[in-house]
Amino acid sequence: MQNQAKKTNRWLKSSLCSLMLYSFVGSKTIAQDNTLIVQAKKIYTSAGPMIENGSIVCIDGKIATIGATSSLIVPKDSKIITAEVVFPGLIDVRTCVGLSGILNSKHDSDQIESSSPIQPELRAIDAYNPGEELVEYIRDFGVTTIHTGHAPGELISGQTLIAKTFGNTAGESLLVDGRAVVATLAESSFKTGKQSPGTRGKQMAMLRALLIEAKEYQTKLAKKPDSKDADKTKEKKDDPDSTARSLKLEAMAEVLSGTKALLITADRSQDIASALRLAEEFSISIWLDSAAEAYLMIPQLKKAKVPVLLHPSMMRASGEQENLTFESAKLLHEASIPFGIQGGYEAYVPKVRVVLFEAAIAVAHGLPYSAAIESITIQPARILGIDKRVGSIEIGKDADLALYDGDPFEWTTHCTGVIVNGKIVSKLPR
Amino acid sequence: MNRLNNLNRRGFLQTASLATVATSVFVSRPKLIFGKGTNAEESCTAWTHAKIMPADGPAIEDGILVVRGSKIIAVGPSASTTIPSDAKVVDASNKWLMPGLVCTHSHVGGMGAADGSSPIQPGVRVLDSINVRDAGFRRALAGGLTTLNIMPGSGHLISGQTVYCKLRYYDKSHPNTIDDIVIRDMDGKSLGGLKMANGTNSIGEAPFPGTRGKSAYLVREQYVKAREYHAKVVAAKDAPDKLPPRDLHLESLAEAMLGKRIVHHHTHRHDDIMTVMRLSQEFGFRTVLHHVSEGWKVAKEIAAAKLPCSIIVLDSPGGKLEARDMTFKNGRVLDEAGVRVAFHTDDWITDSRLFVRSAALAVRAGMNREKAIQGLTLAGAEMLGLEDRIGSLTVGKDADISIWSGDPLSVYSRVVETWVEGKKSFDLSEPEDRLFAEGGYGAGEDIDPFLCCYAQAWQVGGTK
Repeated sequence: MQNQAKKTNRWLKSSLCSLMLYSFVGSKTIAQDNTLIVQAKKIYTSAGPMIENGSIVCIDGKIATIGATSSLIVPKDSKIITAEVVFPGLIDVRTCVGLSGILNSKHDSDQIESSSPIQPELRAIDAYNPGEELVEYIRDFGVTTIHTGHAPGELISGQTLIAKTFGNTAGESLLVDGRAVVATLAESSFKTGKQSPGTRGKQMAMLRALLIEAKEYQTKLAKKPDSKDADKTKEKKDDPDSTARSLKLEAMAEVLSGTKALLITADRSQDIASALRLAEEFSISIWLDSAAEAYLMIPQLKKAKVPVLLHPSMMRASGEQENLTFESAKLLHEASIPFGIQGGYEAYVPKVRVVLFEAAIAVAHGLPYSAAIESITIQPARILGIDKRVGSIEIGKDADLALYDGDPFEWTTHCTGVIVNGKIVSKLPR
Repeated sequence: MNRLNNLNRRGFLQTASLATVATSVFVSRPKLIFGKGTNAEESCTAWTHAKIMPADGPAIEDGILVVRGSKIIAVGPSASTTIPSDAKVVDASNKWLMPGLVCTHSHVGGMGAADGSSPIQPGVRVLDSINVRDAGFRRALAGGLTTLNIMPGSGHLISGQTVYCKLRYYDKSHPNTIDDIVIRDMDGKSLGGLKMANGTNSIGEAPFPGTRGKSAYLVREQYVKAREYHAKVVAAKDAPDKLPPRDLHLESLAEAMLGKRIVHHHTHRHDDIMTVMRLSQEFGFRTVLHHVSEGWKVAKEIAAAKLPCSIIVLDSPGGKLEARDMTFKNGRVLDEAGVRVAFHTDDWITDSRLFVRSAALAVRAGMNREKAIQGLTLAGAEMLGLEDRIGSLTVGKDADISIWSGDPLSVYSRVVETWVEGKKSFDLSEPEDRLFAEGGYGAGEDIDPFLCCYAQAWQVGGTK
């Protein structure tokens, strides 16, 4: 209680400025075009206790003020949108939407390139279609940010990006380009016949060889003379040791330097163990993706401090995912392992999953309510390194909000409004 | 409810009369085993103070359900329902009782009927491929399901005979074989329908059709042959030596035309739905439309033809062009147009444990709640021709019951017990049952579905 009072006090102080400014504008009875007020019976912020009968004032695409509706002075003609419940805009911590399209035909399937097992140089931004109807589809349920990119299914299939679900071009919606390189440790990335990789051992051997090569490349680059020094460059031209630029090794060098994370899809416990072994050997930052058997590896995951981009709760329990459980999220939460629940990738149907539904199932199977909201808002934001901008309803963050007409996790509730950067982008309801 | 049943039957008969004119075949419904009637010596259980959703009438807030042996012997409000003196009384306060759920379209247990040799193989039975030890059955029970129509796939125009099953998972030794779970008629013959498909799944390289026109032609050609075959069989009635050589494929199609085998027809696009309608009228087979993604576009036409729809609800549209316009509102639009609507899991496409979610998402899009509940139970029973025996908590019907911790349409509610023919077949408090309900190590299945002819659809843009 005391904490809450302190928080409220802090809010009053911090918001006083904007409130004064706001009532000043109000005294002129001019509502600003760049302002939007969201009022709801319940606001879950992912940054503190739930606010009852609260308001969120969005100015210039950012959250300017949050607090009790009763204490807010609202100018006439203000643009107000109301809801029963507001969540922070949802974040899908791992999807392939926008590269993998609704038709599932060669015309809209750019999530996997099978010509070679190792292609970290493939950028997601060159394949991401912000106009894909499934991007709009998930947005209409409240998803405002996605970490999307190349799919599992090759040893290294390419890169990922982070984007808002609104914007006319990839650049316009982009938050971070090249956030991670995608690797798969599973039978799904085996090649057939005499091609490699054909075994789990070979997968790891190839990954290790690649990282060693990238390390040498990195070292050579560091030794490379300053390119401004024309004479030296000229001198080095015929030197067989000089390093020609390699887009592949460049991407892997960024994994080594920590600029990019290595996202490793692994469901079987032995593959999870392999991923951790790789992270330790090369001191790289990895994200464990899907991780159906993560619950068997709790101590190891804790020790390695590896976050989990957890499989959709409703992922099919077959093949290498046959041992998954609806309780995965609950078990990771109880072990204090950071995780986000993902929409994931499906080769057939459903072409995209809605993280709201996946988190709902996790709640029904033991994940506490607030932890479930966090698993599709602030937790993904922290893992992805975008929590300064998105993931919670806090002053100064992007005004990305999801509005509902009841408990958002109930099947029969509707998403009644979606706000991205302070703009209403959907009012379906859906 | 009776009114709806009657409507449905009338619709069926009307279709049949067209067939009679055209083909001189008649329609008969499969004869069912109704059990031996209840015997006072059989064990009796009474659930009291339950919220009961019988599916054939309004919900009962404080109700009693009494089961003796394998049958329901009483259901009604606590105030007016008598509990037999020998009944084991179970206090079901705060519990919701529903009929066991009926899935009209499932692939649990393996789906190996027709193979890649031909697009039309109606004589092949899925019955011969099912592994009763498949984890999918246990998961289905955890979802409250008690009856499944197990179907072959949609990679063929006609992929074979389906089988109707009851999930009689009483203990470790039962079921032991498929024979323990099939539903039989009075002659002991296993019951099932015929799986057909049109649209892109069943199109492929020769001998499969390359176009929709060719697809319909190939089907018509075989039904014409089957009609001639059946005429010979009828003509040889008193002269067995004149019988044509027995042809399992044509025999199966004749059964469909005689109404002994309901056609369960996979179809998505609105024009493909109209093609099914045309074929079913020409040959007089009783049809249930399955998936029906674009049903909402031709709801009036479907209603006029009195074809029931078993629909699928998925998290998102697409996966192929013909499913692009799939929408949560399909159930509402069809129902409001007067079409009988059931849901199905298409398990493994959706997980049987989450079957109620399909109905709940339809309610989200405005479908009438009672109709949605019927879509999981009674409507499905009708579409299998089993509504006299299952699908509602009605006196005289099989004691197939799902017991819920709360409103079944809420995400937070769980199936706590599932009873099949008066025997408990799933109990969430039992560790082994719980493993299948939640998942975890060892809950997986070791059987991969038989993808055969639409493996391509699965793999386009996929991993290989």
